[in-house]
Amino acid sequence: MKKILSLVMALFLVLGCLTGCSSEQKPSEGGEPEKQTKIGIILVGDENEGYTYAHMVGIQEAQKANGLDDSQIIWKYTIGETQACYDAAVDLVEQGCTAIFSNSYGHQQFMQQAASEYPEVQFVAATGDTAALSGLSNFANAFTNVYESRYVSGIVAGMKLAELEANGQIPAESYKDGKVLIGYVGAYPYAEVVSGFTAFFLGVKSVFENVTMEVIYTNSWFNLVAEGETANTLMADHCVIIGQHADSTGAPAAVEAALANGTVAYSVGYNIDMLEAAPNAALTSATNNWGVYYTYAFGQVIKGEPVATDWAEGYKTGAVAITALGPNCAPGTQEAVDKAIAAIKSGELHVFDTNNWTLNGEHLSELKIDLTGDFDTDDAEDKNAIFDGYFHESEFRSAPSFSVIIDGIFEK
Amino acid sequence: MENKQPFIRIRKKDDRPLWQQILIKVIAIIIALIISALFINLITKLNPIKVYESMFRGAFSTTRRIWITIRDTALLLSIAVALTPAFKLKFWNTGAEGQILVGGLATAAMMIYFGDKLPSAVILICSMVLSALAGALWGFLPALFKAKYNTNETLFTLMMNYVGIQLVEFFVDVWDKKQSHSVGVINPNTQAGWFPSVFGQQYILNIIIVAAVTIFVFVYLRYSKHGYEVAVTGESENTARYTGINVPGVIIRTMLISGAICGLAGFTEVAGISHTISTKTSGGRGFTAIIVTWLAKLNPIIMVIYSFLIVFLDKGAIQIASDFNLNEYA
Repeated sequence: MKKILSLVMALFLVLGCLTGCSSEQKPSEGGEPEKQTKIGIILVGDENEGYTYAHMVGIQEAQKANGLDDSQIIWKYTIGETQACYDAAVDLVEQGCTAIFSNSYGHQQFMQQAASEYPEVQFVAATGDTAALSGLSNFANAFTNVYESRYVSGIVAGMKLAELEANGQIPAESYKDGKVLIGYVGAYPYAEVVSGFTAFFLGVKSVFENVTMEVIYTNSWFNLVAEGETANTLMADHCVIIGQHADSTGAPAAVEAALANGTVAYSVGYNIDMLEAAPNAALTSATNNWGVYYTYAFGQVIKGEPVATDWAEGYKTGAVAITALGPNCAPGTQEAVDKAIAAIKSGELHVFDTNNWTLNGEHLSELKIDLTGDFDTDDAEDKNAIFDGYFHESEFRSAPSFSVIIDGIFEK
Repeated sequence: MENKQPFIRIRKKDDRPLWQQILIKVIAIIIALIISALFINLITKLNPIKVYESMFRGAFSTTRRIWITIRDTALLLSIAVALTPAFKLKFWNTGAEGQILVGGLATAAMMIYFGDKLPSAVILICSMVLSALAGALWGFLPALFKAKYNTNETLFTLMMNYVGIQLVEFFVDVWDKKQSHSVGVINPNTQAGWFPSVFGQQYILNIIIVAAVTIFVFVYLRYSKHGYEVAVTGESENTARYTGINVPGVIIRTMLISGAICGLAGFTEVAGISHTISTKTSGGRGFTAIIVTWLAKLNPIIMVIYSFLIVFLDKGAIQIASDFNLNEYA
């Protein structure tokens, strides 16, 4: 017992000494009302992970745009999708934050729990989907219309396919039932991913009609090894383009290695410029520009106004983009990309235009989406999202809803 | 032939007086702090005293943080304590992760299936018993094979972790109503099967359970006949056999206890802390606890200090990242 007591005392002595020696430094408390705004950020990763990095860049942009100083934003990095998120949220409330943002889907349930306990604090679970259902006025979701930039990244891939075919560079094995096979590394079989690869596929088809796509899921948002292996599997099936909805550089790196060994394969990434990981194989990446959202949301917080429950914007406000085109993109790609972006902005091009896709051979005129969170579409609140000739993605709620596997795409 | 003498001889001194042992540890900590301080300053140019202060704040600066530090210390402690009987037997139980998960799974199942059918207290008691049984089963299987066929328990328990993970993965899919790949907070409105607040404090019950378990293991190993059998078998199986100890019986019995306590840790985590289940419920604590157990030289009471130290470092690291925009890779 003596041993323990002395050890505890010794430990505390050391710690006490350390804290005692240092000067008390409290964050300055400004007098102006806007200076009292404090925003808490909960991130699933840090700048080493593309998805979180994109959020960090956006938050820094919004900080600058709203004139917030560093002491007004409290960052919490590498907070898992566990109780740790709830703990972090409550800790931020106690530090005086008036608004708290989390960036990963799995944070949502814990953010919602905190939101129900602290009604005076604004909570936002980015990429979540339960805010409207929760009935909490201080709980919001946000999502970019990344399907728009995925469509455009599909155009980049389609241009490459057209070039390869014109040069006779597509190997015979890459034709499946007469159609060129492309591949997609998906994270999970959820609407968010399905909506994304459908948009990508439709983008490819808009320039290169004769195509079919194989999708394999990794069952993880971020898994360097699994994404690389999945890309290798797709290339072993002779896929010529490898798209992805997963957060690591695993797939582009695998495609780069294969390309160097003579396989005809190119990569379209997500979130970040993949040219560093795949200088020759990377064509472009679909990205979110979260700065647009955070600038808006921080502004609302400073004004003391609520943040929109379901926020979703795309090219029109610059919330999505594609990264710089790689050196191996086909000539004329930039022009095609610019044209498509202009058409999306003007509202003349709709990604999910029903003329461009079929389900079991039929052009749909009705597709109900689940808005009650029970994952079926037979409730009164569930709405039909096809009208005016296209599927209205992310209009009824910010998170993507398109969840059917259209003709030409197959899951493996 | 020349008689070569080594330049330095290193000998373990077990016979040092207590004050010297403690002094050595304190000096080691101080030297570690100084070296880390130099390192911090060289790499990040930050004032190391400020960085250390930030660590301290991460664990203690608010009442809530203190409670969370205590709560997490208790959780880690309970797992370290659970491993102790097995390690004393030199049965390398690397399967705490899986044992925690199945314990947590049993608790989550009770909360989900009986949340609106039974009173909360009944759910709690059933969850406790079931989670201990589930954990015990996960400990029993490798022990049985070790006792019968002398299989390698390190590999067996490790593989049982994956079975546990897959089982949780499966039930998350079964219970996940929104295809969001998560169960969500269970019974958020009724709080059925949640630990109640005691004296207005949310985590008192966690602490009581862990304290009880810790004292139990301490007494069991030190003063009971079973504990003596574990010690003898751990030191030498042949001696144990010679003195008439039923070695296979001791192995199985000890792993039942070790697994059951890990299962209880899963119960504490699910019913007392997160109120949900996922493959991250165990959070690597089943492995971290191995460090705690060994640093404390298998003494459950000393484990309090080392569990606290590790949790303190963890909370401190999060706070440093937050205060100085550093992250775990920087």
